[in-house]
Amino acid sequence: MNFTNGAQLLEYCEKKNKKISEAMFERETLFLEQPAEKTREKMEKAWSIMKAAAKKPMTEDIVSMGGMIGGESRRLHALRESGKNICGDVISKAAAYAVGVLEVNASMGLIVAAPTAGSSGVLPGVFCSLKEQYDFSDEQICQALFNAAAVGYLITRNATTAGAEGGCQAEVGSASAMAASAAVELFGGTPGQCLDAASLAIVNILGLVCDPIGGLVENPCQNRNAMGATNALLCAELSLAGIKSITPIDETIGVMYAVGRSIPSELRETSLGGMAVAKSACEACMACAEKRKK
Amino acid sequence: MNEISTFDILGPNMIGPSSSHTAGALRIAFIAGKMVTKVSAVRFVLYGSFARTYHGHGTDRALVGGILGYHPDDERIRDSFEYAKQAGVSVVFEENLTDKEIYPNTVDIYVTGEDGQAVSLRGKSIGGGNAVITRLNGVEVELTGNYCTMVVEHVDKKGTLAFVTTVLSAYDLNIGSLRLYRESKGKIAYAIIEVDTNINEQLLSALRGFEAVRNVILVPAIDLN
Repeated sequence: MNFTNGAQLLEYCEKKNKKISEAMFERETLFLEQPAEKTREKMEKAWSIMKAAAKKPMTEDIVSMGGMIGGESRRLHALRESGKNICGDVISKAAAYAVGVLEVNASMGLIVAAPTAGSSGVLPGVFCSLKEQYDFSDEQICQALFNAAAVGYLITRNATTAGAEGGCQAEVGSASAMAASAAVELFGGTPGQCLDAASLAIVNILGLVCDPIGGLVENPCQNRNAMGATNALLCAELSLAGIKSITPIDETIGVMYAVGRSIPSELRETSLGGMAVAKSACEACMACAEKRKK
Repeated sequence: MNEISTFDILGPNMIGPSSSHTAGALRIAFIAGKMVTKVSAVRFVLYGSFARTYHGHGTDRALVGGILGYHPDDERIRDSFEYAKQAGVSVVFEENLTDKEIYPNTVDIYVTGEDGQAVSLRGKSIGGGNAVITRLNGVEVELTGNYCTMVVEHVDKKGTLAFVTTVLSAYDLNIGSLRLYRESKGKIAYAIIEVDTNINEQLLSALRGFEAVRNVILVPAIDLN
């Protein structure tokens, strides 16, 4: 049992009446011949690392290696707890957890690259929030994460999730698509709706460049993770409401890949363009570097 | 091409901030650390992006963690310099910003063991926490560390490989891959053997018994999930 693109995945799910997460789990156990029990355990471990990373900044003071970020997650939680937040609790929490994971990542803490370290906040952001707000169990979230992995697999197989190759759209865009699809499954949507949500999520982030200030995974990466999480929730909602993507997922992934290749290399993780060369950004980065030396 | 698994997408489980600058760098140093019995000194020469951003990415801490034998998800990596000091390992970093032709995330590692044994290798971090050793003591090689790997250093002499494979089959080991690298005819050569299961000490001593074999090094696989 294997699938190499979205069309094959959908066909399998429809024929066998399976969820995407089930198809991905079967691919892991039947095609890759991994023991089912071990596969479940690995997912439980990944999810527990994600949760711990999302929550660590609530109890620990974190300063990143580059010194440009730290404390953002706590600020967002504080705003929400004060009741003065704009976004509603689901999105406010998702954003707070997403930026928190990036704090942990940038301070050499433990994270799950999902699909990359630079986009590691999106999935924990979305699923820690959904779990708390809608009382999902850990088992339900772990199951949904196989759906997320299926979407990430389709992108990796047919395009790229590397910022150096495809820009931020390939990193945070992919994470957002993965989260959107898995969220739809969690809320009872069909496999078709899942992949529509993923497709919508990619299209919304299409063209986003990778321009890390000082070459470090801090700014603008952190806020873009919050954006990726928010976009995932939005696209899941669009799809659940019956709004379809104009392109099937395979075509959307192809578009994303083509756009990635047409992004100039200055805007693909080389820090030679975009925010990385903005005067104020460079000054802030230099100031942090000076502080580090002392 | 290896098939992509669920945990290639949701993984590696790793110490941040960048799979190529921490997890991949660590893997290179992990392999270097296994090359001598016990490391007493190590010198790193960093190239490209490694040389420019190693402070901010903590690449230096990841490399030292690798020398100490930590895995990519070990939370001691952040404080690896402190642990290296406690273990009596002296650490030196150098930046090479002049060599522009080289692959951007490359490091040369020179390790010295407590017994005086010196080994040098070059590794590049190729993304997703993966790495390749491309040079070992000046000999061009290819070693990824994705599997349990045995490095058999020997004098390039007839019959050595036949002996090695005979021993492996006597111990009922299934060879995943076996490649031979040599500097020039009759000089030092390396057989790099990847196997699916872990290897025991007895087998290593059996291999060391052959006269052409200079050294046998075992590099355990690193699990990224």
